[in-house]
Amino acid sequence: MTGWLDALIQGVLLGGLYALFAAGLSLMFGVMRLVNLAHGDIIVLAAFAILVVAGKLGLDPFVAAALAAPILFVIGFTLQFVLLNRTLGRDLLPPLLVTFGLSIIIQNGLLQTFSADSQRLRSGAIETASIPLGGGIAIGVVPLLTLLSAIAVIVVLNMIFYRTSIGRAFRATSDDLEVAELMGIEISRIFATAMGLAFVVITIAALYLGLRANFDPTIGPARLLYAFEAVIIGGLGSFWGTLAGGVVLGLAQTIGARIDPEWQILAGHLAFLVVLVLRPRGLFPRAQD
Amino acid sequence: MPLLETRNLTAFYGDFQALYGIDMSFDEGETIAIIGANGAGKSTFLKAIAGLIHGTPDSVRLEGTPIGARGAADIVKLGIALVPEGRRLFPSLTVEENLLIGGYGRKIAGPWTLDRVYALFPILRERRSAATPALSGGQQQMAAIGRALMSNPRILLCDEISLGLAPIIIADIYAALPQIKAEGTSVVLVEQDIVQAMKVADRVYCFQEGRLSLTGRPRELTREQIHRAYFGS
Repeated sequence: MTGWLDALIQGVLLGGLYALFAAGLSLMFGVMRLVNLAHGDIIVLAAFAILVVAGKLGLDPFVAAALAAPILFVIGFTLQFVLLNRTLGRDLLPPLLVTFGLSIIIQNGLLQTFSADSQRLRSGAIETASIPLGGGIAIGVVPLLTLLSAIAVIVVLNMIFYRTSIGRAFRATSDDLEVAELMGIEISRIFATAMGLAFVVITIAALYLGLRANFDPTIGPARLLYAFEAVIIGGLGSFWGTLAGGVVLGLAQTIGARIDPEWQILAGHLAFLVVLVLRPRGLFPRAQD
Repeated sequence: MPLLETRNLTAFYGDFQALYGIDMSFDEGETIAIIGANGAGKSTFLKAIAGLIHGTPDSVRLEGTPIGARGAADIVKLGIALVPEGRRLFPSLTVEENLLIGGYGRKIAGPWTLDRVYALFPILRERRSAATPALSGGQQQMAAIGRALMSNPRILLCDEISLGLAPIIIADIYAALPQIKAEGTSVVLVEQDIVQAMKVADRVYCFQEGRLSLTGRPRELTREQIHRAYFGS
């Protein structure tokens, strides 16, 4: 019994990480209908960025991530403004091709620069610290922080989207590009700002990716898959749905692993398929589109 | 100098030419009605002025300044707002958010605020928190007009604001026009409802297959002339 309870708790905590992976993807798709195939690789790129900043300046990864976030905002803004805006239009293929190309470029660029060695972000005692809950169950401080950060990210994104002028512009642009322009909204800037914001979320995801496990330049595509599944399970266009999607995926994986350790990954994908069959629009789809 | 002027304005959709060299001008405070059959190029003309279709810089001039090649986001900041055909409110924004976004890029100080729009269309204040798909057609049209007014336009372009509405609702919406004009705003109406258009317009332009077929003051035009300009002879 304790084992199952433990699996449930760890599953929810793992879901926090997947929700962080997925939040940026959800944002990009929500605002500009962009399916970013390089998302996982950009998370890994951000993890290396934190690693470098932390290493060079001798900083804790949390501080390094805070320093890296504005830099990544600028990189995201520029990437969208200079490159990805040109790929968006009626045809769905160009953004897929270009982000797929980006994925390959980032992976190989990282391999060239950092080699294929596994890396890890080091943050001292916090990495292994845990809080005993009694009954032989304990929760790790880092996994707990991951989940709390995921919730914080979702709350902040919702506040930006529903309480600010730029958030209104994000939603209006997502509804109707042409009429958004008539309102004086400069689409290319709004998209670039959304991508910059997504890159800040990616930085937070990268921080926990690097703190919780080893990473190397090749692990991006698998993170993309989890992120993608979490977004679809939750329903496109809803941030809370994305969090729920991450938790469903995390739970499926830990429960699967509890049944048989080999089933962990498979169980996650199966949960994704089950949701697709039963609720093709996800658990919390937006009312329209 | 006219407030707005088009010179030899042409527009294409791919290979299809929708407008053939339209010359038109109007002054501050004037109300213009553009009539014509479906596909005559009326909406295209408004879109070209609003910057959704780009032409040569000189094809549209605002107080002499060439603006024909500017994008829509620029044009609205210069004081030209379009109420698009079919209202096209943002479905994921509430009524009030739709109005607020109308003032998003606003660079011009002016009379139109949230309160002023609510005074013009009191029903919108009641429904301020509603999602726009829940509004009636007339309320949606009021919200679309209010949204355009929030940019404090000098020129308000209205595309088929009576389309699909009951006569009594159309009368309500047209009753707001004098208040809009009282703020010095020029209004360009594209209308299929000729009677309604003739009542409020200072001048009427009729389009036929992308060309101007008739211009004049409503009182000076005969039924016969309009019929010929509308349907061709």
